[in-house]
Amino acid sequence: MSLRFMGHRKDTVCINVYLLAFSAAMPVVIGFEGSANKIGIGIIRDGEVLSNPRRTYITPPGQGFMPSDTARHHRAVILTVLKEALEQAGLKPADIDCVAYTKGPGMGAPLVTVALVARTVAQLWGTPLLGVNHCIGHIEMGRLITRADNPTVLYVSGGNTQVIAYSQRRYRIFGETIDIAVGNCLDRFARVIKISNDPSPGYNIEQMAKKGSQFVELPYTVKGMDVSFSGILSYIEDMSHKMLSSGQCTEEDLCFSLQETVFSMLVEITERAMAHCGSQEVLIVGGVGCNLRLQEMMGVMCKERGAKLFATDERFCIDNGAMIAQAGWEMFRSGQITELEDSWITQRYRTDAVEVTWRD
Amino acid sequence: METKENKLSSEFLCGVELLKQGAEARLYRCHFLGRPSIVKERFHKRYRHPALDDKLSHRRTLQEVRSILRCRRAGILVPVVYFVDYSSNCIFLEEIVDSCTVREHIASSLCSNRELEQLVEQIGQILAKMHDEDVIHGDLTTSNMLLRPGQDDVVSQLFVIDFGLSYISSLPEDKGVDLYVLEKAFLSTHPTTEELFEKLLKSYVAASSKSLPVIRKLDEVRLRGRKRSMVG
Ligand SMILES: Nc1ncnc2c1ncn2[C@@H]1O[C@H](COP(=O)(O)OP(=O)(O)OP(=O)(O)O)[C@@H](O)[C@H]1O
Ligand SMILES: [Mg+2]
Repeated sequence: MSLRFMGHRKDTVCINVYLLAFSAAMPVVIGFEGSANKIGIGIIRDGEVLSNPRRTYITPPGQGFMPSDTARHHRAVILTVLKEALEQAGLKPADIDCVAYTKGPGMGAPLVTVALVARTVAQLWGTPLLGVNHCIGHIEMGRLITRADNPTVLYVSGGNTQVIAYSQRRYRIFGETIDIAVGNCLDRFARVIKISNDPSPGYNIEQMAKKGSQFVELPYTVKGMDVSFSGILSYIEDMSHKMLSSGQCTEEDLCFSLQETVFSMLVEITERAMAHCGSQEVLIVGGVGCNLRLQEMMGVMCKERGAKLFATDERFCIDNGAMIAQAGWEMFRSGQITELEDSWITQRYRTDAVEVTWRD
Repeated sequence: METKENKLSSEFLCGVELLKQGAEARLYRCHFLGRPSIVKERFHKRYRHPALDDKLSHRRTLQEVRSILRCRRAGILVPVVYFVDYSSNCIFLEEIVDSCTVREHIASSLCSNRELEQLVEQIGQILAKMHDEDVIHGDLTTSNMLLRPGQDDVVSQLFVIDFGLSYISSLPEDKGVDLYVLEKAFLSTHPTTEELFEKLLKSYVAASSKSLPVIRKLDEVRLRGRKRSMVG
């Protein structure tokens, strides 16, 4: 019922729409993202972000977000966000040439919720659909905003930690975490000492770390171009309350030391991949990527190697709709579409599973 | 502190030629007592906290020297350690002359399929020997193996290098992860070589006396990777 306001139908059969869109000089793509606790819808026209509104599901301190609660949150706000996206872009549904949505990876229930709405509007509007790999969305958005050409990509978020480089039609994963993601490690540490989740645990850790001074040694685990964070997390889970109550260090010191340690590991594996691939560009994407200390450390490393660093701010680093639109736009342009019967979602979807048809 | 170390290493390294800046070290070419050698200097990484930096550089220099010696004793081809300076974290190594990295060799595609198969079989055998000695390399890639091609009836020689992340362990889990790290580096560096890598593993299994639990762990770690749902 509330879908009504966008019930504007294109009076064309699908095949014509595709042809039209291909011939159109500037296809307009809308992207739906909701694989974790953010729900975002963005509209892109030929590399220009027309709108990109977003909402975040924030849980109380000490708590993580559960799939069904997160899906409920997304359901409650998605139509409002959609309306905002269209209004801010100054567009009508008839102006949209393609609907892109996150196919995976991510949490099942939120993915399903968002895909359902994307499928519905695509049918209402008579536009083709495109299922997008979330990680590819981050990479393509980063490339668009920073104009990095062929960077080594560090993709760091609540669910992912990967070092990626492009070769022969795939984004290949050179290094990754062998257990939990770096963002997950930070989030769970925040829960241990009850740091607020508003606006995000990582942001609050970053602010507290600025006031820390004493470096507490923590486990440091790099295996080739891979990393492991579970050892650090269990060490700090076991030790933090003891260290805090005995006055050995402060909460700020722990935030500082944790950041220094895990970010050093990330910069190190990025540098390893660069040396291995002979690359002179780094692009940081994903939610943890907006941490300024991480960007600063990466910048120092790059300078030492004569390499260039590219990073974006929280608007594009953190999950958002425009990134799905942008990857969708690249896919669409290269002739891909997702048929309705193939428009399912998947919790597991590796970055290197996608054939990159839009790059040489 | 820092200036003192820098001075030390610069005294050591005057008149030498910078060969390459690797990920964690600078490599210089020089002569040590008349022999062609490579100096591997773990210089300060300014991006990381000095306390962490000192610890890592020192630990890795130590590990590298230890594992090279252990491998050498087991008859695995590695560069000879000529001299170590722990105050500046410099290792003087034998230069493996007339060699190229296995990565370059595979990428150059100068070799036939048969040659590639022989090469990966040789790699499998060497890794089996290394793991049977409980040396976990920690950074197995095709960049960290040097090949000195053989001529006519001389067989080609394969050297393992870069032991900075190595350690000693007899656990199948550690060996399995070591192979997993190699597998990922191998397949991402050399696309569509799955079959070739299978051959490498086969020769590892055939050559190692303790391979069964290692391969089981490798499968487990692979599965963990594929199962990870990767939210966010
Ligand atoms: N003993 C040696 N003889 C000849 N060449 C060598 C020797 N040791 C290293 N090299 C060359 O230098 C490169 C880097 O060496 P090494 O891997 O030990 O350093 P690193 O800093 O760990 O490098 P990276 O992180 O790039 O792997 C090797 O790939 C090889 O080309
Ligand atoms: Mg190396």
